[in-house]
Amino acid sequence: MHADVIVIGAGIVGAACAHALAQAGRRVLVLDARIGGATGAGMGHLVVMDDNPAELALSRDSTARWRVLAPHMDEGCAYSACGTLWIAANEEEMAEAERKQQRLREHGIDSRLLDAPSLARAEPALRKGLAGALEVPGDGILYAPNAARWLLAQGGASVRVEHAKVDAIEHDGALRLADGSRRSAPQIVLANGIEATTLCPELPIRPKKGHLLITDRYPGTVHHQLVELGYVTSAHHSDGDSVAFNVQPRPTGQLLIGSSRQFDTTDPAVEAPMLARMLQRAIGYLPGLADLNAVRSWTGLRAATPDGLPLLGKHPWRQKLWLAVGHEGLGVTTAPGSAHLLAALMTGAAPGFDAAPYAPRGLLETA
Amino acid sequence: MSTPVLLLHIDGQPVRVKTGSSVAAALRVAGGMGVARSSVTGQPRAPFCGMGVCQECRVLIDGRQRLACQAVCAEGMRVETSE
Repeated sequence: MHADVIVIGAGIVGAACAHALAQAGRRVLVLDARIGGATGAGMGHLVVMDDNPAELALSRDSTARWRVLAPHMDEGCAYSACGTLWIAANEEEMAEAERKQQRLREHGIDSRLLDAPSLARAEPALRKGLAGALEVPGDGILYAPNAARWLLAQGGASVRVEHAKVDAIEHDGALRLADGSRRSAPQIVLANGIEATTLCPELPIRPKKGHLLITDRYPGTVHHQLVELGYVTSAHHSDGDSVAFNVQPRPTGQLLIGSSRQFDTTDPAVEAPMLARMLQRAIGYLPGLADLNAVRSWTGLRAATPDGLPLLGKHPWRQKLWLAVGHEGLGVTTAPGSAHLLAALMTGAAPGFDAAPYAPRGLLETA
Repeated sequence: MSTPVLLLHIDGQPVRVKTGSSVAAALRVAGGMGVARSSVTGQPRAPFCGMGVCQECRVLIDGRQRLACQAVCAEGMRVETSE
């Protein structure tokens, strides 16, 4: 098949890009090395984040797109419109919940403040003494590996997936594969997450390791995705290890427990001290977790940029190359909005929101 | 002298096993393939690895989720294979 566009990476971002480009009438070849990445390791949350206006614009657009796609997705995608409860541990965090509600309201995002008794009724498994929460009902969760496959399948004959490892991007933009063959197309999209720096070492992307743990099935224990409001301060340190309370009720009845962050390691091993810190944090909010049976724990690497925003747009000096990388821990949420933005830029259409904040930046000038 | 046995209940049915048997072994004694649980799509699941790794033999033992292959039978134990 002649391809108008080659997408490198069949994770959630690459799949969403292929989907958006196919919808724009392009024939897309997706190359994937099948080594796995953040899509298979993460939590699959669809959550509006509002640390800055650009993050809010991208996550708001994306969660709206997921809500449109959700009714069409198959059961394997495990979509759940569970909403998020941002948990306030004290009055100070409750004041932050109110500010958060104000920010969301200014952007037309529905949310609701819960006082302490309402929170206790909504989630009886939470410990006593919490101040309240902000509920964001439009958030959800899904199973990202299957959602990525589903997005690719929606392209029909317009999207073809090839198992191939790209070894190099040559000066003319052609791709050299591990088997020695070459692939070329008028436009190339780099969407292989943490692996992107092996092809483009100039990208300002660092690995941020995370641990997750999943329990046996305990249906009805938790009803919403639960995140501590302290998450914002703990998750966005650019250096140092951190943990935050984040628990999801999966449609199977299992509880998926996060989250942790570590820089400067690419060792995939589960580290007991970090896992213990993360679980202690979770048990501090949900004491009953201590009595539940864990089934598995694993790690993954997030592709983190210095400012926490993905790089979406034309590579400043590499021929034909477009970037959709650096989504850190928000790639599943922001995949559809990222793909929409990139496909609009690539096809000369007008994106639904300002592309400037995501334009590739911080790249070293020497390749 | 006969081997010591103990009595436990699997899904309400009395089962006699040799002292020291694992619950996974008791599931086999109780019948057939020793089904421990059902998958989310309803498929029967049985002990597979036998060493606490595969997590296929999760059962409810006296009200707690445990691995049948890692639990030793005790007198009067109540094992439930349906969730």
